[in-house]
Amino acid sequence: MSTTKAAPAVTAHSVVEPSLRTKRIAGALVILYALITLVPLVWIFLTSIKSPPDSISYPPKILFTPSLEGYCNLFTTRTRQTPDYIAALPPPSGVCDAVTRERNMVIAGPSNFLPRFANSLIIAFGSTFLAVSLGTLAAYGFSRFKVPLADDLLFFILSTRMMPPIAVAIPIYLMYRQLGLSDTALGMMLLYTAVNVSLAVWLLKGFIDEIPREYEEAAMIDGYTRLQAFFKVVLPQATTGIAATAIFCLIFAWNEYAFASLLTSGSAQTAPPFIPTIIGEGGQDWPAVAAGTTIFLVPILVFTILLRKQLLRGITFGAVRK
Amino acid sequence: MAEIRVDHLRKAFGEFVAVQDSSFTVEDGEFLALLGPSGCGKTTTLRMIAGLELPTGGAIHLGGEDVTYKRASERDIAFVFQLFALYPHMNVRKNIGFPLLSQGVPKAEIKRRVEETAKLLQIDHILDKSVSGLAGGDRQRVALGRAIVRRPKCFLMDEPLGTLDAEFRDVMVRELRELHNRIHATTVYVTHDQIEAMAMADKIAVMNHGIIEQFATPREIYNRPASMYVADFIGSPPMNFLRFTAGLPKGARIARIDGADVQMPELRADVAEGELALGVRPEHIRFSDASPLRGAIYGAEYLGTNQIVTVETAGGLVRARLPAERSYRIGDRVGLAFVADRLSLFDCRSGRAVPSVLHEGVLARDTRHREMRDLEAHHG
Ligand SMILES: Nc1ncnc2c1ncn2[C@@H]1O[C@H](COP(=O)(O)OP(=O)(O)O)[C@@H](O)[C@H]1O
Ligand SMILES: [Mg+2]
Repeated sequence: MSTTKAAPAVTAHSVVEPSLRTKRIAGALVILYALITLVPLVWIFLTSIKSPPDSISYPPKILFTPSLEGYCNLFTTRTRQTPDYIAALPPPSGVCDAVTRERNMVIAGPSNFLPRFANSLIIAFGSTFLAVSLGTLAAYGFSRFKVPLADDLLFFILSTRMMPPIAVAIPIYLMYRQLGLSDTALGMMLLYTAVNVSLAVWLLKGFIDEIPREYEEAAMIDGYTRLQAFFKVVLPQATTGIAATAIFCLIFAWNEYAFASLLTSGSAQTAPPFIPTIIGEGGQDWPAVAAGTTIFLVPILVFTILLRKQLLRGITFGAVRK
Repeated sequence: MAEIRVDHLRKAFGEFVAVQDSSFTVEDGEFLALLGPSGCGKTTTLRMIAGLELPTGGAIHLGGEDVTYKRASERDIAFVFQLFALYPHMNVRKNIGFPLLSQGVPKAEIKRRVEETAKLLQIDHILDKSVSGLAGGDRQRVALGRAIVRRPKCFLMDEPLGTLDAEFRDVMVRELRELHNRIHATTVYVTHDQIEAMAMADKIAVMNHGIIEQFATPREIYNRPASMYVADFIGSPPMNFLRFTAGLPKGARIARIDGADVQMPELRADVAEGELALGVRPEHIRFSDASPLRGAIYGAEYLGTNQIVTVETAGGLVRARLPAERSYRIGDRVGLAFVADRLSLFDCRSGRAVPSVLHEGVLARDTRHREMRDLEAHHG
């Protein structure tokens, strides 16, 4: 059955709803901004599927034949061989084999990219987990208990972020050498945790302050200890804040370059200092660097998309009351 | 269920004393209302009984056991918060069952008791709903359900009807009292609304600035207020005060106000010369042409069953509750007569009621309390 519903009154000067025109202009601006920020990413992706000569040709090529050479070079090390030697080989076993042979080379073995990428994953996610766990507990303490000198402590915690990493890198380098932590995943995890925990405490304190303490008090009266009340009542309600904080911590730890390039060189090296060092024949192997960068973007993209609902609610917290 | 005994309870937040020296006993199964204006220390008192706040001094006994410094979780009490504090991430059933879960009650038993409680409160049809969508009254019932499901030693409620609209509040007042009549749980109910307190409570403790001004039954508080503060706080419109300056001897039965002699209950103590106030409830005033105490009609509010007529006298405005039939003209001069044995005399300097035949009971109790306290002090 179709009844004619009165259309909601559209007034030109509605205070609450922005007008259609305003919405359109805002939409256009957002799209324009998105395009501008996306151009470098698109460029990197395009470079990653160019052949090395195409990647450095001038003027830059918009149209080109896609090639997997960048990705192949990223994951492998190669040695140069004579054409006779290559011709004598059995047929190529895969795409990369074939691509490599066209350049008169053979695959010698895997490159360091996978282990470096694994380091990045372990260190970034590990330190995020530590920073958020510690930060949640500390924020809860600051939010709920009378901590002597709470304001000074909070300021002190924040002040650890005020210096540029380079300023503290040398002392940390010396300390880490003494402690046997330099070039270890544990060392990097601790370092990123220390840097991120200040951000985590501040962000999470804001979120936990918003959770009425009556919830925990109700739980404690109902027979739970404070710790149980924390886990059963506070944590479930802080998930939004925790997700938002985790993303911020992860982005920092994932992208961090300065400490990583100074404190890691071998087994604990993360992807950011490794990727720019990929060298091909006759200099920088741009397609391989671009391929590494493209792959490097994936985890953070997935993580952010998975948590985007919480993130959106989290970033606008305070502005929107429940 | 258990009796709650509060002894010389005191709470200071730094310099500020929120609760001065409270002593009262809530008998097993009794409904006590802690009544007073905002900021007088009601919530603080309740939170100390609950164990959410530690007292600065004094003691709290629950069912004979000293719980003053025990954790909230070990006191076996239930607390209904002003804003209900229903856990938003759990549905109604989980909210009500949450206290049982902490006691390790088996799942099937929890289910049975939650459903039994829901039936009692008539919320069995919303058990599987999320609490965030509930209407005010249902939130209230869920909070009550979470409180009674465990059959705790006592219930503490902090202005549980404060956020409901007036109409619905009446319904909940009745429901709460009926619930109390059925389960006889020792209850401390905090409110700033005298009507709620009068309607529900067996006993009322009237608080002011951290002090319990009077602790008695609603009738006694209404009829024999211990202080001008209580007399003024209870009743709508409140008690009238006719101020005059005099000194009165023990046995006096007449107060001379504005040149007119007014009969009152016989005094049981001397009153030194100073400012006094005769307290008269609006319903204890009649208009009588013969009375020498005179005034002019100032205004009238028609209430249907009766009317409130305001009279301007030399001693200030006096409000009388009179039958609704007659109408009065503003400016008309009338004589005021009082029901003599229902009047209270207050000493304005202390604000306390002067002992009289009417106030005997109140004071006798006070002295007994003090004697017992002295006795205990001797033994201790
Ligand atoms: N944690 C606290 N710290 C400092 N002052 C407090 C605290 N809790 C309550 N107070 C003060 O104590 C007084 C009594 O508060 P409260 O018991 O909540 O009053 P009521 O419930 O009667 O409105 C108020 O003046 C309040 O500001
Ligand atoms: Mg209060």
